Amino acid sequence: MRLTKEDIESVAHLSRLELSEEEKDKLTGHINKLLENFEKLQELDTTDVEPTSHVIPVANVFREDVVCPSLSIEDVVANGPQVTDNCFVVPRVVET
Amino acid sequence: MAQELYQLTCHELHDLLKSKKVSAREIVQSFIDRISAVEDKVKAFVTVTPEIALEQAAAVDEAIAKGEEIDPLAGIPGAIKDNMSTRGVLTTCSSKILYNYKPVYDCTVVERLKDQSYVMIGKTNLDEFAMGSSTENSGFFTTHNPWNLETVPGGSSGGSAAAVAADECAFALGSDTGGSIRQPASFCGVVGMKPTYGRVSRYGLVAFASSLDQIGPITKDVTDCAIVMNAICGKDPRDSTSLDVPVPDFTKSLVADVKGIRIGIPKEFFAQGTDPDVENAVRNAIDVLIKLGADAKEISMPSVDYGLAVYYIIAPAECSSNLARYDGVRYGLRSKDARDVISMFRQTREEGFGAEVKQRIMIGTYALSAGYYDAYYLKAQKVRTLLRRDFEKAFEECDVLISPTSPTVAFKIGERADDPFAMKLADVCTIPVNLAGTPGISIPCGYKNGLPIGLQIMAKGLDEETLIRVAYTFEQNTDYHLRKPSL
Repeated sequence: MRLTKEDIESVAHLSRLELSEEEKDKLTGHINKLLENFEKLQELDTTDVEPTSHVIPVANVFREDVVCPSLSIEDVVANGPQVTDNCFVVPRVVET
Repeated sequence: MAQELYQLTCHELHDLLKSKKVSAREIVQSFIDRISAVEDKVKAFVTVTPEIALEQAAAVDEAIAKGEEIDPLAGIPGAIKDNMSTRGVLTTCSSKILYNYKPVYDCTVVERLKDQSYVMIGKTNLDEFAMGSSTENSGFFTTHNPWNLETVPGGSSGGSAAAVAADECAFALGSDTGGSIRQPASFCGVVGMKPTYGRVSRYGLVAFASSLDQIGPITKDVTDCAIVMNAICGKDPRDSTSLDVPVPDFTKSLVADVKGIRIGIPKEFFAQGTDPDVENAVRNAIDVLIKLGADAKEISMPSVDYGLAVYYIIAPAECSSNLARYDGVRYGLRSKDARDVISMFRQTREEGFGAEVKQRIMIGTYALSAGYYDAYYLKAQKVRTLLRRDFEKAFEECDVLISPTSPTVAFKIGERADDPFAMKLADVCTIPVNLAGTPGISIPCGYKNGLPIGLQIMAKGLDEETLIRVAYTFEQNTDYHLRKPSL
Protein backbone atom coordinates (compact mmCIF):
# COMPACT_ATOMS: atom_id res chain seq x y z
CA MET A 1 0.00 0.00 0.00
CA ARG A 2 1.87 3.08 -1.22
CA LEU A 3 0.50 6.59 -0.99
CA THR A 4 0.72 8.82 -4.04
CA LYS A 5 1.00 12.58 -4.01
CA GLU A 6 -2.74 12.73 -4.77
CA ASP A 7 -3.48 10.65 -1.67
CA ILE A 8 -1.33 13.03 0.36
CA GLU A 9 -3.31 15.98 -1.00
CA SER A 10 -6.60 14.42 -0.01
CA VAL A 11 -5.36 13.58 3.51
CA ALA A 12 -4.00 17.14 3.77
CA HIS A 13 -7.45 18.48 2.98
CA LEU A 14 -9.04 16.22 5.61
CA SER A 15 -6.37 17.50 8.03
CA ARG A 16 -7.05 21.13 7.02
CA LEU A 17 -3.42 21.68 6.06
CA GLU A 18 -2.36 23.84 3.11
CA LEU A 19 0.89 22.06 2.23
CA SER A 20 3.55 23.46 -0.08
CA GLU A 21 4.71 21.32 -3.02
CA GLU A 22 7.98 20.66 -1.24
CA GLU A 23 6.17 19.52 1.91
CA LYS A 24 3.93 17.21 -0.11
CA ASP A 25 6.96 15.50 -1.66
CA LYS A 26 8.76 15.15 1.64
CA LEU A 27 5.67 13.85 3.46
CA THR A 28 4.94 11.30 0.74
CA GLY A 29 8.37 9.76 1.33
CA HIS A 30 8.21 9.93 5.13
CA ILE A 31 4.71 8.55 5.46
CA ASN A 32 5.36 5.68 3.07
CA LYS A 33 8.44 4.77 5.09
CA LEU A 34 6.41 4.71 8.30
CA LEU A 35 3.59 2.71 6.71
CA GLU A 36 6.13 0.09 5.63
CA ASN A 37 7.18 -0.15 9.24
CA PHE A 38 3.58 -0.60 10.37
CA GLU A 39 3.31 -3.69 8.11
CA LYS A 40 5.23 -5.50 10.84
CA LEU A 41 2.04 -5.57 12.94
CA GLN A 42 0.37 -7.88 10.41
CA GLU A 43 2.77 -10.64 11.55
CA LEU A 44 0.77 -10.94 14.75
CA ASP A 45 -2.41 -12.96 14.97
CA THR A 46 -4.95 -10.79 16.76
CA THR A 47 -8.10 -12.75 16.07
CA ASP A 48 -10.24 -12.72 19.23
CA VAL A 49 -8.04 -10.04 20.84
CA GLU A 50 -10.03 -7.15 22.28
CA PRO A 51 -8.70 -3.70 21.29
CA THR A 52 -7.42 -1.40 24.05
CA SER A 53 -8.65 2.16 23.71
CA HIS A 54 -7.92 3.07 27.31
CA VAL A 55 -5.85 1.22 29.88
CA ILE A 56 -8.29 1.92 32.67
CA PRO A 57 -11.90 0.82 32.67
CA VAL A 58 -13.51 4.20 31.96
CA ALA A 59 -17.21 4.60 31.46
CA ASN A 60 -19.31 7.72 31.19
CA VAL A 61 -18.99 9.80 34.33
CA PHE A 62 -22.20 11.45 35.46
CA ARG A 63 -22.79 14.25 37.93
CA GLU A 64 -25.78 16.20 39.11
CA ASP A 65 -26.72 19.04 36.78
CA VAL A 66 -26.01 21.90 39.13
CA VAL A 67 -24.85 25.38 38.25
CA CYS A 68 -21.19 25.97 39.14
CA PRO A 69 -18.99 29.04 38.65
CA SER A 70 -17.57 29.15 35.13
CA LEU A 71 -15.41 31.48 33.06
CA SER A 72 -16.68 34.98 32.40
CA ILE A 73 -17.49 35.85 28.80
CA GLU A 74 -14.56 38.31 28.78
CA ASP A 75 -12.20 35.50 29.76
CA VAL A 76 -13.65 33.19 27.13
CA VAL A 77 -12.96 35.61 24.29
CA ALA A 78 -9.76 37.06 25.78
CA ASN A 79 -7.49 35.14 23.41
CA GLY A 80 -9.56 35.54 20.24
CA PRO A 81 -7.59 36.79 17.20
CA GLN A 82 -10.57 38.93 16.20
CA VAL A 83 -13.40 39.71 18.62
CA THR A 84 -16.37 42.05 18.35
CA ASP A 85 -19.14 42.39 20.96
CA ASN A 86 -17.88 39.29 22.81
CA CYS A 87 -18.12 37.20 19.63
CA PHE A 88 -15.33 35.57 17.61
CA VAL A 89 -15.26 37.08 14.12
CA VAL A 90 -14.56 34.70 11.21
CA PRO A 91 -14.79 35.04 7.42
CA ARG A 92 -18.28 34.69 6.03
CA VAL A 93 -19.51 31.08 6.28
CA VAL A 94 -22.91 31.21 4.57
CA GLU A 95 -23.18 32.02 0.90
CA THR A 96 -25.22 35.03 -0.10
CA MET B 1 27.66 27.16 53.33
CA ALA B 2 29.78 25.28 50.86
CA GLN B 3 26.98 24.90 48.34
CA GLU B 4 24.94 27.59 46.65
CA LEU B 5 21.20 27.58 47.41
CA TYR B 6 20.34 26.84 43.78
CA GLN B 7 22.27 23.56 43.95
CA LEU B 8 20.13 22.14 46.74
CA THR B 9 17.20 19.74 46.55
CA CYS B 10 13.64 20.68 47.49
CA HIS B 11 13.88 18.84 50.81
CA GLU B 12 17.18 20.53 51.71
CA LEU B 13 15.71 23.94 50.87
CA HIS B 14 12.59 23.13 52.90
CA ASP B 15 14.71 22.29 55.96
CA LEU B 16 16.58 25.59 55.64
CA LEU B 17 13.30 27.51 55.32
CA LYS B 18 11.70 25.75 58.26
CA SER B 19 14.66 26.38 60.52
CA LYS B 20 14.64 30.02 59.32
CA LYS B 21 18.24 29.81 58.15
CA VAL B 22 17.23 31.34 54.81
CA SER B 23 14.19 33.16 53.49
CA ALA B 24 12.11 32.19 50.46
CA ARG B 25 13.21 35.47 48.92
CA GLU B 26 16.88 34.50 49.23
CA ILE B 27 16.14 31.12 47.66
CA VAL B 28 14.27 32.63 44.75
CA GLN B 29 16.92 35.31 44.19
CA SER B 30 19.59 32.59 44.08
CA PHE B 31 17.72 30.81 41.28
CA ILE B 32 17.02 34.06 39.40
CA ASP B 33 20.76 34.84 39.48
CA ARG B 34 21.58 31.30 38.38
CA ILE B 35 19.21 31.62 35.42
CA SER B 36 20.87 34.92 34.45
CA ALA B 37 24.26 33.22 34.57
CA VAL B 38 23.59 30.05 32.54
CA GLU B 39 20.36 30.41 30.58
CA ASP B 40 22.11 31.86 27.52
CA LYS B 41 23.95 28.57 27.15
CA VAL B 42 21.19 26.13 28.16
CA LYS B 43 18.07 27.84 26.75
CA ALA B 44 15.71 25.77 28.90
CA PHE B 45 12.95 28.37 29.26
CA VAL B 46 10.39 29.80 26.88
CA THR B 47 9.30 32.26 29.59
CA VAL B 48 11.03 33.17 32.86
CA THR B 49 8.77 34.61 35.57
CA PRO B 50 10.98 36.33 38.20
CA GLU B 51 8.33 38.86 39.24
CA ILE B 52 5.75 36.16 39.96
CA ALA B 53 8.40 34.13 41.78
CA LEU B 54 9.42 37.01 44.06
CA GLU B 55 5.79 37.82 44.81
CA GLN B 56 5.02 34.20 45.72
CA ALA B 57 8.20 34.06 47.84
CA ALA B 58 7.15 37.17 49.78
CA ALA B 59 3.87 35.48 50.70
CA VAL B 60 5.76 32.43 51.98
CA ASP B 61 8.13 34.57 54.05
CA GLU B 62 5.13 36.32 55.54
CA ALA B 63 3.55 32.99 56.49
CA ILE B 64 6.80 31.83 58.10
CA ALA B 65 7.10 35.12 60.01
CA LYS B 66 3.60 34.56 61.38
CA GLY B 67 4.72 31.18 62.66
CA GLU B 68 2.55 29.19 60.22
CA GLU B 69 3.42 25.61 59.28
CA ILE B 70 4.64 25.46 55.69
CA ASP B 71 4.14 22.68 53.13
CA PRO B 72 7.11 20.77 51.70
CA LEU B 73 7.12 22.77 48.44
CA ALA B 74 6.36 26.20 49.95
CA GLY B 75 8.83 28.76 48.67
CA ILE B 76 10.53 26.19 46.40
CA PRO B 77 11.12 27.32 42.79
CA GLY B 78 9.64 24.96 40.22
CA ALA B 79 9.58 25.09 36.44
CA ILE B 80 6.50 24.10 34.45
CA LYS B 81 6.61 22.57 30.98
CA ASP B 82 5.07 25.02 28.56
CA ASN B 83 2.20 22.69 27.64
CA MET B 84 0.56 23.09 31.07
CA SER B 85 -1.92 25.94 31.39
CA THR B 86 -0.86 28.74 33.73
CA ARG B 87 -3.34 31.55 34.28
CA GLY B 88 -2.17 34.81 32.78
CA VAL B 89 1.24 33.38 31.81
CA LEU B 90 2.12 32.46 28.21
CA THR B 91 1.55 28.77 27.46
CA THR B 92 2.88 28.15 23.96
CA CYS B 93 3.51 24.39 23.71
CA SER B 94 6.63 25.72 21.90
CA SER B 95 4.40 26.18 18.86
CA LYS B 96 4.02 29.24 16.67
CA ILE B 97 0.30 28.52 16.56
CA LEU B 98 0.07 29.39 20.30
CA TYR B 99 2.78 32.08 20.32
CA ASN B 100 0.56 34.58 22.19
CA TYR B 101 -1.75 32.27 24.15
CA LYS B 102 -2.36 33.20 27.80
CA PRO B 103 -4.67 30.69 29.51
CA VAL B 104 -7.47 32.06 31.65
CA TYR B 105 -7.23 29.19 34.13
CA ASP B 106 -4.57 27.05 35.82
CA CYS B 107 -4.18 23.36 35.13
CA THR B 108 -4.95 21.15 38.14
CA VAL B 109 -1.32 20.24 38.87
CA VAL B 110 -0.36 23.92 39.04
CA GLU B 111 -3.35 24.60 41.30
CA ARG B 112 -2.12 21.81 43.56
CA LEU B 113 1.42 23.19 43.64
CA LYS B 114 -0.02 26.63 44.42
CA ASP B 115 -1.96 25.06 47.30
CA GLN B 116 1.48 24.24 48.71
CA SER B 117 2.67 27.82 47.97
CA TYR B 118 5.33 26.71 45.49
CA VAL B 119 7.10 29.39 43.47
CA MET B 120 6.84 29.42 39.67
CA ILE B 121 10.20 30.33 38.17
CA GLY B 122 9.24 29.85 34.51
CA LYS B 123 7.83 27.80 31.65
CA THR B 124 10.13 25.34 29.90
CA ASN B 125 10.84 24.53 26.28
CA LEU B 126 9.62 21.34 24.60
CA ASP B 127 9.32 19.71 21.23
CA GLU B 128 6.28 21.37 19.66
CA PHE B 129 3.15 19.96 21.34
CA ALA B 130 5.43 17.39 23.05
CA MET B 131 6.10 15.60 19.75
CA GLY B 132 9.76 14.70 19.66
CA SER B 133 12.74 13.37 21.57
CA SER B 134 15.27 16.22 21.57
CA THR B 135 13.54 19.68 21.72
CA GLU B 136 14.83 20.17 18.16
CA ASN B 137 11.17 20.23 17.08
CA SER B 138 10.47 23.28 19.25
CA GLY B 139 8.94 26.04 17.16
CA PHE B 140 11.29 28.55 18.85
CA PHE B 141 14.76 27.13 19.65
CA THR B 142 16.62 24.02 20.75
CA THR B 143 17.55 23.49 24.41
CA HIS B 144 21.12 22.41 25.11
CA ASN B 145 22.16 19.58 27.42
CA PRO B 146 23.96 21.10 30.45
CA TRP B 147 26.42 18.16 30.46
CA ASN B 148 27.59 18.95 26.94
CA LEU B 149 26.10 21.95 25.19
CA GLU B 150 26.58 20.37 21.77
CA THR B 151 24.19 17.54 22.62
CA VAL B 152 20.41 17.46 22.96
CA PRO B 153 18.73 17.37 26.39
CA GLY B 154 16.28 14.73 25.17
CA GLY B 155 12.59 15.42 24.81
CA SER B 156 9.99 16.31 24.74
CA SER B 157 10.37 17.67 28.31
CA GLY B 158 13.96 18.68 27.47
CA GLY B 159 13.57 22.18 28.87
CA SER B 160 12.34 20.86 32.22
CA ALA B 161 15.11 18.24 32.50
CA ALA B 162 17.84 20.68 31.44
CA ALA B 163 16.55 23.33 33.87
CA VAL B 164 16.76 20.86 36.77
CA ALA B 165 20.21 19.58 35.70
CA ALA B 166 21.53 23.14 35.28
CA ASP B 167 20.18 24.12 38.73
CA GLU B 168 17.90 26.74 37.18
CA CYS B 169 15.02 25.40 39.29
CA ALA B 170 14.70 23.06 42.26
CA PHE B 171 12.22 20.78 40.49
CA ALA B 172 10.13 20.73 37.33
CA LEU B 173 7.01 19.17 35.91
CA GLY B 174 7.08 17.31 32.61
CA SER B 175 4.56 15.32 30.62
CA ASP B 176 5.20 11.84 29.26
CA THR B 177 3.34 10.37 26.27
CA GLY B 178 6.02 7.96 25.02
CA GLY B 179 8.95 8.73 27.32
CA SER B 180 8.97 12.52 27.39
CA ILE B 181 9.79 12.71 31.12
CA ARG B 182 12.04 9.67 31.53
CA GLN B 183 14.17 9.98 28.39
CA PRO B 184 15.21 13.64 28.94
CA ALA B 185 15.74 12.86 32.66
CA SER B 186 18.08 10.09 31.50
CA PHE B 187 19.97 12.37 29.06
CA CYS B 188 20.32 15.11 31.69
CA GLY B 189 21.24 12.89 34.67
CA VAL B 190 18.22 13.68 36.83
CA VAL B 191 15.23 11.76 38.24
CA GLY B 192 12.03 11.61 36.18
CA MET B 193 8.86 9.68 36.88
CA LYS B 194 5.87 8.87 34.73
CA PRO B 195 3.11 7.90 37.15
CA THR B 196 0.40 5.32 36.43
CA TYR B 197 -2.08 6.56 33.82
CA GLY B 198 -4.85 8.27 35.80
CA ARG B 199 -2.76 9.02 38.93
CA VAL B 200 -2.42 12.69 38.00
CA SER B 201 -5.11 14.93 36.56
CA ARG B 202 -4.58 16.01 32.95
CA TYR B 203 -7.00 18.94 33.28
CA GLY B 204 -5.28 21.94 31.71
CA LEU B 205 -2.48 19.88 30.15
CA VAL B 206 -2.66 20.67 26.44
CA ALA B 207 -3.68 17.32 24.98
CA PHE B 208 -1.39 15.39 22.61
CA ALA B 209 -2.46 11.72 22.86
CA SER B 210 -5.07 11.49 25.58
CA SER B 211 -4.86 7.76 26.28
CA LEU B 212 -1.09 8.02 26.86
CA ASP B 213 -0.33 11.50 28.29
CA GLN B 214 0.60 11.71 31.95
CA ILE B 215 2.20 14.51 34.03
CA GLY B 216 5.04 13.74 36.42
CA PRO B 217 7.99 15.18 38.35
CA ILE B 218 11.58 15.83 37.24
CA THR B 219 13.81 16.25 40.29
CA LYS B 220 17.38 16.14 41.61
CA ASP B 221 16.83 13.06 43.75
CA VAL B 222 14.28 10.35 44.56
CA THR B 223 13.19 12.03 47.81
CA ASP B 224 12.10 15.12 45.87
CA CYS B 225 10.30 12.86 43.38
CA ALA B 226 8.21 11.45 46.25
CA ILE B 227 7.52 14.95 47.60
CA VAL B 228 6.29 16.27 44.24
CA MET B 229 4.23 13.11 43.67
CA ASN B 230 2.50 13.74 47.01
CA ALA B 231 1.59 17.22 45.82
CA ILE B 232 0.21 16.41 42.35
CA CYS B 233 -1.53 13.00 42.54
CA GLY B 234 -5.21 12.35 43.17
CA LYS B 235 -8.70 12.30 41.73
CA ASP B 236 -9.88 15.46 39.98
CA PRO B 237 -13.56 15.81 39.05
CA ARG B 238 -12.50 17.83 35.97
CA ASP B 239 -10.58 14.86 34.48
CA SER B 240 -12.86 11.85 34.24
CA THR B 241 -9.85 9.59 33.54
CA SER B 242 -8.18 10.50 36.83
CA LEU B 243 -8.43 7.57 39.20
CA ASP B 244 -10.52 7.64 42.34
CA VAL B 245 -8.07 5.62 44.43
CA PRO B 246 -6.29 6.48 47.68
CA VAL B 247 -2.97 8.29 47.23
CA PRO B 248 -0.32 6.93 49.60
CA ASP B 249 2.26 9.15 51.28
CA PHE B 250 5.08 8.41 48.83
CA THR B 251 7.75 9.65 51.25
CA LYS B 252 6.96 6.55 53.38
CA SER B 253 8.48 4.51 50.53
CA LEU B 254 11.86 6.21 50.92
CA VAL B 255 13.25 3.05 52.49
CA ALA B 256 16.71 1.80 51.54
CA ASP B 257 15.87 -1.89 51.43
CA VAL B 258 15.33 -4.20 48.46
CA LYS B 259 15.57 -7.55 50.23
CA GLY B 260 13.31 -10.03 48.49
CA ILE B 261 12.43 -7.67 45.63
CA ARG B 262 12.07 -9.68 42.41
CA ILE B 263 13.63 -7.91 39.42
CA GLY B 264 12.75 -8.90 35.86
CA ILE B 265 15.22 -8.11 33.08
CA PRO B 266 13.18 -8.14 29.85
CA LYS B 267 15.58 -9.02 27.05
CA GLU B 268 13.57 -7.15 24.41
CA PHE B 269 14.50 -3.86 26.13
CA PHE B 270 18.17 -4.52 25.37
CA ALA B 271 17.59 -5.03 21.67
CA GLN B 272 19.29 -3.69 18.58
CA GLY B 273 20.97 -0.33 18.85
CA THR B 274 21.70 -0.47 22.58
CA ASP B 275 25.09 1.09 23.32
CA PRO B 276 27.21 -1.62 25.07
CA ASP B 277 28.35 0.96 27.64
CA VAL B 278 24.73 1.78 28.46
CA GLU B 279 23.93 -1.93 28.78
CA ASN B 280 26.94 -2.43 31.09
CA ALA B 281 25.92 0.44 33.33
CA VAL B 282 22.39 -0.96 33.61
CA ARG B 283 23.65 -4.50 34.35
CA ASN B 284 26.03 -3.09 36.97
CA ALA B 285 23.10 -1.28 38.56
CA ILE B 286 21.15 -4.55 38.71
CA ASP B 287 24.19 -6.17 40.36
CA VAL B 288 24.20 -3.41 42.99
CA LEU B 289 20.56 -4.23 43.79
CA ILE B 290 21.29 -7.98 43.87
CA LYS B 291 24.12 -7.40 46.35
CA LEU B 292 21.62 -5.51 48.49
CA GLY B 293 19.31 -8.51 48.58
CA ALA B 294 17.15 -8.36 45.45
CA ASP B 295 16.67 -11.33 43.12
CA ALA B 296 16.88 -10.92 39.37
CA LYS B 297 16.08 -13.04 36.35
CA GLU B 298 15.91 -12.61 32.58
CA ILE B 299 12.42 -12.63 31.13
CA SER B 300 10.88 -12.20 27.68
CA MET B 301 8.12 -9.82 26.59
CA PRO B 302 7.80 -10.52 22.86
CA SER B 303 5.16 -7.84 22.10
CA VAL B 304 7.58 -5.12 23.16
CA ASP B 305 9.20 -5.42 19.72
CA TYR B 306 5.98 -4.00 18.25
CA GLY B 307 5.77 -1.06 20.67
CA LEU B 308 7.17 1.60 18.32
CA ALA B 309 4.82 0.66 15.48
CA VAL B 310 1.78 0.59 17.78
CA TYR B 311 2.74 3.94 19.29
CA TYR B 312 3.29 5.63 15.93
CA ILE B 313 -0.25 4.72 14.92
CA ILE B 314 -2.11 5.40 18.18
CA ALA B 315 -0.35 8.64 19.22
CA PRO B 316 -0.75 10.35 15.80
CA ALA B 317 -4.36 9.17 15.56
CA GLU B 318 -5.19 10.78 18.89
CA CYS B 319 -3.11 13.88 18.07
CA SER B 320 -4.85 14.40 14.73
CA SER B 321 -8.11 14.65 16.63
CA ASN B 322 -6.79 16.70 19.58
CA LEU B 323 -5.04 19.25 17.37
CA ALA B 324 -8.12 19.89 15.24
CA ARG B 325 -8.96 22.70 17.70
CA TYR B 326 -6.17 24.94 16.38
CA ASP B 327 -8.09 26.67 13.64
CA GLY B 328 -7.39 30.36 14.20
CA VAL B 329 -10.87 31.08 15.58
CA ARG B 330 -10.68 31.20 19.37
CA TYR B 331 -7.01 31.63 20.28
CA GLY B 332 -3.49 31.75 18.94
CA LEU B 333 -2.35 32.48 15.43
CA ARG B 334 -4.70 33.39 12.58
CA SER B 335 -3.34 33.58 9.06
CA LYS B 336 -3.73 36.93 7.40
CA ASP B 337 -4.09 35.29 3.98
CA ALA B 338 -7.55 33.84 4.55
CA ARG B 339 -10.03 34.19 1.68
CA ASP B 340 -12.78 32.12 3.26
CA VAL B 341 -13.25 30.07 6.39
CA ILE B 342 -11.73 26.83 5.04
CA SER B 343 -8.66 28.62 3.71
CA MET B 344 -8.36 30.34 7.09
CA PHE B 345 -8.17 26.93 8.79
CA ARG B 346 -5.74 25.56 6.21
CA GLN B 347 -3.44 28.60 6.05
CA THR B 348 -3.40 29.10 9.82
CA ARG B 349 -2.42 25.48 10.41
CA GLU B 350 0.14 25.56 7.60
CA GLU B 351 1.84 28.65 9.06
CA GLY B 352 1.47 27.68 12.72
CA PHE B 353 2.52 24.01 12.86
CA GLY B 354 6.05 22.69 12.35
CA ALA B 355 7.03 19.76 10.12
CA GLU B 356 6.84 17.01 12.76
CA VAL B 357 3.41 18.07 13.97
CA LYS B 358 2.07 18.21 10.41
CA GLN B 359 3.49 14.77 9.70
CA ARG B 360 1.81 13.27 12.75
CA ILE B 361 -1.52 14.92 11.99
CA MET B 362 -1.30 13.50 8.46
CA ILE B 363 -0.45 9.95 9.63
CA GLY B 364 -3.19 10.04 12.25
CA THR B 365 -5.79 11.35 9.84
CA TYR B 366 -4.85 8.67 7.32
CA ALA B 367 -4.86 5.86 9.92
CA LEU B 368 -8.34 6.88 11.04
CA SER B 369 -9.78 7.42 7.57
CA ALA B 370 -12.46 5.18 6.08
CA GLY B 371 -11.00 2.01 4.62
CA TYR B 372 -7.77 2.07 6.63
CA TYR B 373 -9.11 2.18 10.19
CA ASP B 374 -9.13 -1.60 10.65
CA ALA B 375 -5.70 -2.17 9.11
CA TYR B 376 -3.94 0.46 11.20
CA TYR B 377 -5.77 1.91 14.18
CA LEU B 378 -7.80 -1.13 15.21
CA LYS B 379 -4.83 -3.45 14.62
CA ALA B 380 -2.63 -1.21 16.76
CA GLN B 381 -5.20 -1.19 19.56
CA LYS B 382 -5.30 -5.00 19.49
CA VAL B 383 -1.52 -5.27 19.64
CA ARG B 384 -1.66 -2.79 22.51
CA THR B 385 -3.76 -5.40 24.34
CA LEU B 386 -1.05 -8.03 23.70
CA LEU B 387 1.53 -5.67 25.09
CA ARG B 388 -0.52 -5.03 28.22
CA ARG B 389 -0.83 -8.78 28.71
CA ASP B 390 2.96 -9.13 28.49
CA PHE B 391 3.30 -6.59 31.30
CA GLU B 392 0.61 -8.29 33.39
CA LYS B 393 2.33 -11.63 32.97
CA ALA B 394 5.74 -10.16 33.85
CA PHE B 395 4.37 -8.60 37.03
CA GLU B 396 2.94 -11.95 38.15
CA GLU B 397 6.51 -13.10 38.76
CA CYS B 398 8.40 -9.81 39.20
CA ASP B 399 7.95 -6.76 41.42
CA VAL B 400 9.87 -4.46 39.09
CA LEU B 401 11.35 -4.58 35.60
CA ILE B 402 14.66 -2.90 34.85
CA SER B 403 16.06 -1.67 31.53
CA PRO B 404 17.98 1.23 30.04
CA THR B 405 15.79 4.35 29.83
CA SER B 406 17.14 5.01 26.35
CA PRO B 407 19.47 2.83 24.24
CA THR B 408 22.15 5.55 24.11
CA VAL B 409 23.35 8.66 25.92
CA ALA B 410 22.45 12.12 24.58
CA PHE B 411 23.22 12.53 20.87
CA LYS B 412 24.60 15.58 19.08
CA ILE B 413 22.25 18.38 18.06
CA GLY B 414 21.34 17.87 14.40
CA GLU B 415 22.66 14.30 14.25
CA ARG B 416 19.28 12.59 14.00
CA ALA B 417 17.15 15.50 12.82
CA ASP B 418 16.75 14.20 9.26
CA ASP B 419 16.21 10.58 10.16
CA PRO B 420 12.81 10.29 11.81
CA PHE B 421 13.33 6.65 12.61
CA ALA B 422 16.70 7.06 14.38
CA MET B 423 15.11 9.80 16.47
CA LYS B 424 12.21 7.58 17.46
CA LEU B 425 14.54 4.78 18.61
CA ALA B 426 15.48 7.01 21.56
CA ASP B 427 12.04 6.17 22.97
CA VAL B 428 11.99 2.45 22.25
CA CYS B 429 12.36 1.48 25.95
CA THR B 430 9.92 4.03 27.34
CA ILE B 431 7.00 3.75 24.88
CA PRO B 432 5.79 0.28 26.01
CA VAL B 433 5.19 1.66 29.52
CA ASN B 434 2.82 4.35 28.21
CA LEU B 435 0.99 1.79 26.10
CA ALA B 436 0.52 -0.41 29.20
CA GLY B 437 -0.43 2.58 31.38
CA THR B 438 1.99 1.49 34.09
CA PRO B 439 4.46 3.69 36.03
CA GLY B 440 8.16 4.10 35.28
CA ILE B 441 11.06 6.07 36.68
CA SER B 442 14.46 7.02 35.30
CA ILE B 443 17.41 7.60 37.64
CA PRO B 444 21.09 8.18 36.81
CA CYS B 445 23.24 5.00 36.89
CA GLY B 446 26.47 5.93 35.13
CA TYR B 447 28.25 8.19 32.65
CA LYS B 448 29.76 7.76 29.21
CA ASN B 449 32.15 10.44 27.90
CA GLY B 450 30.77 12.78 30.54
CA LEU B 451 27.14 12.16 29.54
CA PRO B 452 24.66 10.57 31.97
CA ILE B 453 23.15 7.10 31.53
CA GLY B 454 19.60 6.46 32.76
CA LEU B 455 18.22 3.38 34.52
CA GLN B 456 14.54 2.70 33.92
CA ILE B 457 12.59 0.92 36.65
CA MET B 458 9.02 -0.17 35.88
CA ALA B 459 6.31 -1.48 38.19
CA LYS B 460 2.71 -2.63 37.89
CA GLY B 461 -0.12 -0.11 37.75
CA LEU B 462 -0.47 2.04 40.92
CA ASP B 463 2.69 0.61 42.45
CA GLU B 464 4.81 3.77 42.39
CA GLU B 465 5.70 2.94 46.00
CA THR B 466 7.85 -0.01 44.96
CA LEU B 467 9.47 2.10 42.21
CA ILE B 468 10.38 4.78 44.72
CA ARG B 469 11.71 2.22 47.18
CA VAL B 470 13.95 0.49 44.62
CA ALA B 471 15.13 3.78 43.12
CA TYR B 472 15.83 5.23 46.56
CA THR B 473 17.80 2.14 47.61
CA PHE B 474 19.99 2.38 44.51
CA GLU B 475 20.48 6.11 44.98
CA GLN B 476 21.44 5.79 48.67
CA ASN B 477 24.07 3.18 47.80
CA THR B 478 25.63 5.06 44.85
CA ASP B 479 26.64 8.63 44.12
CA TYR B 480 25.67 9.16 40.45
CA HIS B 481 22.93 11.62 41.46
CA LEU B 482 25.40 13.88 43.28
CA ARG B 483 27.43 14.83 40.20
CA LYS B 484 26.77 18.19 38.59
CA PRO B 485 27.57 19.44 35.11
CA SER B 486 30.09 22.27 34.95
CA LEU B 487 28.57 25.26 33.22
